[in-house]
Amino acid sequence: MLEHAWVIPAITFTSFWLILFFGRRLPKGGSEIGILAVGSTLVLSCVMVAQWVGRAKTLAVGHGEEIEHIRGPVDNTVRWFTSGQFRVRVGTHVDGLTVVMLFTVALISFLVHVFSTNYMEGDRRFTHYFASLSLFTTGMYVLVTASTTLAALFGWELMGLCSFMLIGHWWEEKPNSNAALKAFFTTRTGDIGLLVGISILFWAAGGTFDIAKINQAALSGQISHTVLVVAACALLAAVIGKSAQFPLHTWLPDAMAGPTPVSALIHAATMVVAGVYLLARVYGVFWVGFHIPDGGFNFVAAVGATTIVIAAVLAFVQRDIKKVLAYSTISQLGYMVMALGVGAWTAAIFHLFTHAMFKALLFLGSGSVSHSVHSFDMVDDMGGLRKPMPKTFATFMVGSLALAGLFPLAGFWSKDEILLGAGENGYKVFMIVGLVGAFMTAMYMTRCVYLTFFGEYRGHGHPHESPLPILGPLYVLTVFSVGAGLLNAPFTHEWFGKLIENETFFHAGVATHDFSVPDALISTVVVLAAIGIGYLLFFQGKLPRGVTARQPLARVGYTFLANRYYLDHIYTGGVVGGISGPIARAAYWFNQNVLDGIVNGVAIVAKKFADWQYKYIDQGAIDGTVNGSGHGAEGLGGFFRTIQTGRVQQYGALLFGATALLALALVLTV
Amino acid sequence: MADFPLLTTLILLPVLGAAVIALLPRGRGELVRPVGITVMTAVAGMSAWMLTQFDLHDAGFQFTSLHPWIKDVGISWHLGIDGISLFLVVLTAVLFPIALLGVVPHHDAKSYTAWLLLLEAGCIGVFCALDLFLFFVFFEIVLVPMYFLIGGWGYGERIYAATKFFIFTMAGSAFMLVGVVATAWLHHRAGHPLTFDLVQIGEAQDIATNSARWLFVSFAVAFAVKVPLFPVHTWLPDAHTQAPTAGSVILAGVMLKLGTYGFLRFGLYLFPEAAVWAAPAMVTLGVVGIVYGAIVAAVQKDLKRLVAYSSVAHLGFIVLGTFALTTQGLTGGVLQMVNHGISTGALFLLVGMIYDRRHTRMIAELKGLQRPAPVLAGVFTVVMLSSIGLPVLNGFVGEYLILIGSFVTRRWWTVVAATGVILAAVYLLWAYQRVFHGTPDEANASMPDMVWSERLVMAPLLAAIVFLGVYPKPVLDRIEPAVDRLVAHVEQHSDFHQPVTGRIPQARAAGEHE
Repeated sequence: MLEHAWVIPAITFTSFWLILFFGRRLPKGGSEIGILAVGSTLVLSCVMVAQWVGRAKTLAVGHGEEIEHIRGPVDNTVRWFTSGQFRVRVGTHVDGLTVVMLFTVALISFLVHVFSTNYMEGDRRFTHYFASLSLFTTGMYVLVTASTTLAALFGWELMGLCSFMLIGHWWEEKPNSNAALKAFFTTRTGDIGLLVGISILFWAAGGTFDIAKINQAALSGQISHTVLVVAACALLAAVIGKSAQFPLHTWLPDAMAGPTPVSALIHAATMVVAGVYLLARVYGVFWVGFHIPDGGFNFVAAVGATTIVIAAVLAFVQRDIKKVLAYSTISQLGYMVMALGVGAWTAAIFHLFTHAMFKALLFLGSGSVSHSVHSFDMVDDMGGLRKPMPKTFATFMVGSLALAGLFPLAGFWSKDEILLGAGENGYKVFMIVGLVGAFMTAMYMTRCVYLTFFGEYRGHGHPHESPLPILGPLYVLTVFSVGAGLLNAPFTHEWFGKLIENETFFHAGVATHDFSVPDALISTVVVLAAIGIGYLLFFQGKLPRGVTARQPLARVGYTFLANRYYLDHIYTGGVVGGISGPIARAAYWFNQNVLDGIVNGVAIVAKKFADWQYKYIDQGAIDGTVNGSGHGAEGLGGFFRTIQTGRVQQYGALLFGATALLALALVLTV
Repeated sequence: MADFPLLTTLILLPVLGAAVIALLPRGRGELVRPVGITVMTAVAGMSAWMLTQFDLHDAGFQFTSLHPWIKDVGISWHLGIDGISLFLVVLTAVLFPIALLGVVPHHDAKSYTAWLLLLEAGCIGVFCALDLFLFFVFFEIVLVPMYFLIGGWGYGERIYAATKFFIFTMAGSAFMLVGVVATAWLHHRAGHPLTFDLVQIGEAQDIATNSARWLFVSFAVAFAVKVPLFPVHTWLPDAHTQAPTAGSVILAGVMLKLGTYGFLRFGLYLFPEAAVWAAPAMVTLGVVGIVYGAIVAAVQKDLKRLVAYSSVAHLGFIVLGTFALTTQGLTGGVLQMVNHGISTGALFLLVGMIYDRRHTRMIAELKGLQRPAPVLAGVFTVVMLSSIGLPVLNGFVGEYLILIGSFVTRRWWTVVAATGVILAAVYLLWAYQRVFHGTPDEANASMPDMVWSERLVMAPLLAAIVFLGVYPKPVLDRIEPAVDRLVAHVEQHSDFHQPVTGRIPQARAAGEHE
């Protein structure tokens, strides 16, 4: 199966077409095809994990004494087309990272499919929705199995398209449609970086798109450092766009306009983690380009760290439960990017894996809640839901605590590894930022849980527990949110880390660190403190009331946050408004008045001249002599004149006369 | 079959068809369309047969036919195609029947069909001509049918648009006529017999450097108007907007390529040194067109005008690729000519369908069309994505080949051009949102969806969009030998050398062990 990884995207791609053409006629509106397809890819991805674990073929990596044997990757490529030195191959490259990603995507996608059968029931475009889900999943499969940067680009763009279709699923309402456009444009802005980066690396690596060869060339010093820095910056732009890093993160909260299961899929396993995956996949370029092993400071880590804090702060001022989770996702993606920036490669992937589980759980949980109260507003329409919805409440609690990083849940292990890596690799400042982020995460989740499940119910109607198709996925994800972290714990001998390590990892010499009890204690204390303070503030109402009304500074701060740092104003008003407004209008004005003005001006002058010529030369001098023989020609000319009023022949004759003279002059003088 | 004058037949068959239609008695109007469709289908079928007979290892001209025409001045009926013109001829032969089938003229089907047939003959002639004078004749002939199509069957200010179109291109052609005559004369003065033969003049390269540069400019002006390059593009939006749907399809799909094709065949081949000399200016104009066209397209209120401006941007890409002077750039440029013909032709057909139903093209008056017309919306989406250059659809391959080909020789131009990729998404998706999203009002809610005949017309275009995107290899294999030959020709006659990529990295440092 490892050689035939292409089967997996092929299955879901076929499913897309089947649903599109036959879905409507099926009893379940096409959802059965989608579930069957994604379910079979889930089974196949499990088979691939097992085959990978048992793979005997090894690859020797390292130098001299320190040669290690790791499982060798499985490549299967075909030539797509050729143009000169431009040989384009596409195909699959399967290694530990790939199989883990495949499993994660398949699992989350499958659960989202199951959840959607009930959640989307009766939707106007139910069939269309499931078709898009299949295509979306295909995009991510293509990306994670891609052996070349170009194949990765296909998956990348396919997801961009599907996100447009799914976020704008309810396109009758303008805000949804706008959110879809915004997501597409913002990620596409980053894609300039991807196109430029791929092109630079293609030429720099000696005319290849093969990711393994590019990593190899970067790590062995074949590519000059300047080129690598430029390429790494270009690719980082793509990562910032796709993985919603500061300052291009603004599309992600808006993307909540899509159906909730889609949010779960986008946030947990596809789309936004595509950027992180790309970063991890072409790691050699970043590793050398940004001097990651040197410690201290680098651009990737800085982007991640900024995003952690910036987004976490915003999560405090949201009323919409999905927006809290959206900002939380941005913040957690910041952790992954920062981890890659500080050289904690394994930790980043591990966090991607655990985060997929608990974030999908939280999103689907919020979907379950909204299914019952028909709203996402925590302040006005929720509260006290733990009584009518005990099962949703319990699973949501597990998800929240896992996200907060409480021992021994999944988030604890992966977050701890990132902090440890930052500390040990000489990025102390980033470790502290990570701890601050952990503190804030625990606190805003406390607020979120309080507003949703505790206190008095503030909404309308009678909330009820959700049915099994909704709860089932929650249960499965709860199990993973509890247990996933143990896969890379000291007592499982870092099984997960061993599973995903690949040749790039070894060629670069990425450092690994053993679990450290003091570090783990520090982060646990921070999380507990945050939950405790959050408890006092939100549950006990110790929050100083009306602080924003009394304190001018606090009010300014709150306004600043409520407007999301004014970034959207800058983008919509400044960049988009500038281009679609004044700049485009100015260009069009230039077009219509200056360019066309010249054209029309010339035409008027030519017409005047032609009139003059017609009147005095043609009619006056020549016509007199031709009058006699002209009658026959007049009949013919009259036929043409009925259709045309532009006197084209005259202009044409004039132009030809002028140029004939020119030609004569040129030929005679040269 | 080898001696069968295939190209001559491709040109003369539509002329014959036009004559038959002109001679049809007035009472037999119902025969007009069947005759037109039969002739065009026959031409398309013959071009398909030509595709199968094309020898992809031969970089030279194939299916040539050479007959003296005006012996005294060395003008001959010299036709032939290579990998560069092959697909343009096929594109022409395929687009015409689609345009004829897809649009029913609102009056006087007889003249309409006859003009279209003449137009087809002219367009095929341009792509086949290997004689400077013959090329000029075809280049001019196409103006006449197009002028009457816009003037007779267009909308609104069609007379203004038709005249503007005619005068603009005429002015350009005037320069070219100078060029054609002067080229033949200067070649003759260098000691050769007087001839207008493209191959003889191109291979001899006996025109002084300075004169060749002037001659290049005179040709370039004519082609720049046709492409159209900024700042001589202003005829295009007017002509497109006022033209009947079939006119727009042919104008965008085929006639704009006369300019870009001209640059390849007459700019680069006849005057290689001058082309290298002018390349910085040309790529700059191309890149300006990409960005400028895209920005102006974004503010258009009329859907058809928007598509017209998008052509300015797309053709800018082709010019960039052409004057990057690398194999990838040129190959991408040729492929993109075909792609643009398919995508933009399809877009114009779709806009025409919307206009026929709603009698408006104003974006502000259209809303929520996805609800009443899901199939139309779906087809529009695919065509739009192809135009944007989404991977696995045809636009991507051409556009990316151009970007990667020009990246080596024109780095910063390429980076600016890459922003055009984003801008294309902006104007098209934004338009899509305004037209297809939202809750439709009464007038829009009752718009009928595509009928089966319309679906059949769109089907070959959609198939081509997907096929060229997924499996461009057969097309590229045929384009490339000719492009390689052209690049070698340019290198041989100028100090330009296509950059060669550096070291190929050795196989992976560590081997695999069982």
